[in-house]
Amino acid sequence: MGEAIRIQVNGETRDWCGGVTVADLLRELEIATDRVAVEVNLEILDRAQFAEHRLRDGDRVEILSFIGGGASGIGHGGVDGRLACTNRRNCQSRAASSAIF
Amino acid sequence: MTDDRFVIAGREFKSRLWVGTGKYKSFAETQKAIEASGADVVTVAVRRVNITDRSKENLLDYIDPKKYTILPNTAGCYTVEDAVRYSRLARAAGVSDLVKLEVIGDEKTLFPDTAGLIEAAKILIKEGFIVLPYTNDDPVVAKKLVDIGCPAVMPLAAPIGSGLGIRNPYNLKILMESVTVPVIVDAGVGTASDAALAMEYGADAVLMNTAIAGARDPIAMAEAMKYAVWAGRLAYKAGRIPKKLYATASSPIEGML
Repeated sequence: MGEAIRIQVNGETRDWCGGVTVADLLRELEIATDRVAVEVNLEILDRAQFAEHRLRDGDRVEILSFIGGGASGIGHGGVDGRLACTNRRNCQSRAASSAIF
Repeated sequence: MTDDRFVIAGREFKSRLWVGTGKYKSFAETQKAIEASGADVVTVAVRRVNITDRSKENLLDYIDPKKYTILPNTAGCYTVEDAVRYSRLARAAGVSDLVKLEVIGDEKTLFPDTAGLIEAAKILIKEGFIVLPYTNDDPVVAKKLVDIGCPAVMPLAAPIGSGLGIRNPYNLKILMESVTVPVIVDAGVGTASDAALAMEYGADAVLMNTAIAGARDPIAMAEAMKYAVWAGRLAYKAGRIPKKLYATASSPIEGML
């Protein structure tokens, strides 16, 4: 194990040991590797890369999966589940629909 | 209705009702409603895994991807960049190249940004995605989407979740006559008659979420929608009578006293 590193996982800061892989991270978080997508610093990894890809200090990791959704509404994940928009200007909160008649 | 199938990009679909999985009270209710609807395509969203909640119930534990076609969407994406990013993430998380592409242009109406939609569709089609675009009821845009390689189009009936029903039946009909690919009317359905109407106009399928999930009894509404889509489809195939202003007697005059 290497030196301590600080990474962002789904927007939360976490301290880990250097040298951990994406697979180690998922195991630690008790997240099954099937049905998730992992993005490190905006690069999407193939599932086959999980065991090889080592995390480094300052990495931004996003772990995503499918949740309930139809069209632009948000299901069980809630708004918190949204990724930070790549374009901040468009990060406005959704207006509540209003009954009109 | 069992042999009444339709094909999108070589994939055969038997149910003409597609359903979303948002807004249900629980995964168990989602599962029951989908079963009652008879749908074989279900839409899902792609979101961050909750890393602090250890209960970790997964939607796909309730909706078997072997039984249903999982159609990920790019709901909540307001830019081409985000829609492309979420599509790629969906493909990485799932098993197929299918994506219901949404590029939202306005947060009050959730109307699609059709210019952004075309741009994002072009990028994704080049990457091998099967792009099913959520679009406006605009026949010209629908044609453009087909021209760039979308194997189906998904025009709205009314704003997402509004339940207003088909607000522009003439546009929708023109759209259906303008393209040769399957048309799936998506969003705006409020109740069973809206779904039946969409099918009567000639839609190949209807996609809905809120109309079922938001009903007082979602499971009963799911079943109602199943029959509405069947009835509408049968009526379309049977061919309706023309509308006339005046009466035509259906009982003969001969033999009257």
